[in-house]
Amino acid sequence: MSERALRIALPILVLALVIAAWHLVVRVFAIPVYVLPGPGLVLATLISDGALLMNSLWVTLTITFEGFLLAAAGGIALAIAFNQWRVFEYSFYPYAVILQVTPVVAIAPLLLIYLPQPLAVLACAWIVAFFPVLANTTLGLNSVDHNLLALFELYKASRWQVLWNLKLPSALPQMLAGLRIAGGLSLIGAVVAEIAAGSAGAGSGLAYRIAESGYRLNIPRMFAALLLLSLAGVAIFFALSALSHLALRRWHESELRRER
Amino acid sequence: MAQPSPTAINPIVSLRNVGKTFESGTVALRGFDLAVRDGEFVALLGPSGCGKSTALRIIAGLSAASEGAVEWPEGGQGARIGFVFQEPTLMPWADIAANVRLPLKLAHAEEARSRQAVAQAVARVGLADFAQAYPRELSGGMKMRASIARALATEPQLLLMDEPFAALDEITRFKLNNDLLTLWQELRRTVIFVTHSVFESVYLSQRIVVMTPRPGRVFTEITIPAPYPRDERFRTSADYAGFCRLVSEALGKATAEDAA
Repeated sequence: MSERALRIALPILVLALVIAAWHLVVRVFAIPVYVLPGPGLVLATLISDGALLMNSLWVTLTITFEGFLLAAAGGIALAIAFNQWRVFEYSFYPYAVILQVTPVVAIAPLLLIYLPQPLAVLACAWIVAFFPVLANTTLGLNSVDHNLLALFELYKASRWQVLWNLKLPSALPQMLAGLRIAGGLSLIGAVVAEIAAGSAGAGSGLAYRIAESGYRLNIPRMFAALLLLSLAGVAIFFALSALSHLALRRWHESELRRER
Repeated sequence: MAQPSPTAINPIVSLRNVGKTFESGTVALRGFDLAVRDGEFVALLGPSGCGKSTALRIIAGLSAASEGAVEWPEGGQGARIGFVFQEPTLMPWADIAANVRLPLKLAHAEEARSRQAVAQAVARVGLADFAQAYPRELSGGMKMRASIARALATEPQLLLMDEPFAALDEITRFKLNNDLLTLWQELRRTVIFVTHSVFESVYLSQRIVVMTPRPGRVFTEITIPAPYPRDERFRTSADYAGFCRLVSEALGKATAEDAA
């Protein structure tokens, strides 16, 4: 079998085995539904509660997407500002780090006090997602080939010409790597904030459904919602990987197949 | 052996008593004198670390002299400069045409004129069929050709070349040496060519400036009166061997002076 086929077939085989084992364990030990529902029941719940769950998925995805866009715009803009004005970088970089290292679970309840709930959730998604964009873009902007910089200097390029024609394109691979991390993190941020908000009783995203189903001991629905969240994360990852591939496939080593 | 002659007739650029001390305290150049005539092909020859690249960067304005002066008798840095680095220094995200167009783009050149200049420069170095290729799709020699095309795009009066062929294999280097000489005879630009190869300097130049290492200064100048066009017959001639011996001996003495 070719390597490519193996890379697709093997994970599917593992998934099939895990589902079969799950099914058998639930059957053989007669585990009650409120402890561990079988895979068939989870699938059935996914279909029967489809409308409700899809609605929640949409809410969560919208927040994730908005958080991601703000993180991307904010992270890139901040990285450019740091790169252009050293004083600005020295003044604010430590606080960007502090914002990043403080666990978002701990910030979420506070944000929920001061902001209306949708905005608080969005703020959480933004806080966790913007830092990888900022850090990676900053690294990219600072790793420009020195000879190319000298060349731009030789031709008397303005600093905006250097930024636009040299620094940004050369930072693109790192920037895209940052965005790929941010995509997954903005989903996590949204989920954490929803869970925190969920205990306060309002909300309709997928994470809120998980919390709510937990209180009601509706374990199959918990699993169904979790499955959807996980699939959403996978979809985000693949979408951003595809974007990265499209942007870099002609020139960057990371997207080129090695000749043997 | 000709004496150093900073007062050559009709110089395009002259360096007077130039010194360069780096922040680390390393003295790269001291009392360096050089005058280059319009249309001349001069080689700066010396062991690595003798400051020849530093001298080139000072002429290009990429580095400031700590002492002495760089004079442009025809006014300012009026002589437009083309620079070819040791590495091809191409933007990997842009195709060859876009790389060659860069200096014109930075100077806000008119679109139609710059397209014509790019096509001409690319054709001159024999890359007309590869204008749409990306740098990584080309061989080392072809990348260097693209780099030369970019340096020629602005039709500079002065072409500065910093060991441009040092990283290439011998066959490619000989071919590029020949093509460079053809271009030089066709365009009649001034070339300052930095190299550590005795054979390359004798083959290419009208005048060789032999430098001493640490601190770099002119040890002696040797004129190579062999007529152009020079080709493989010159490379295998007794004259060529004689010049190479002469230059080698001078380089040996220049290096021994450092050891003493």
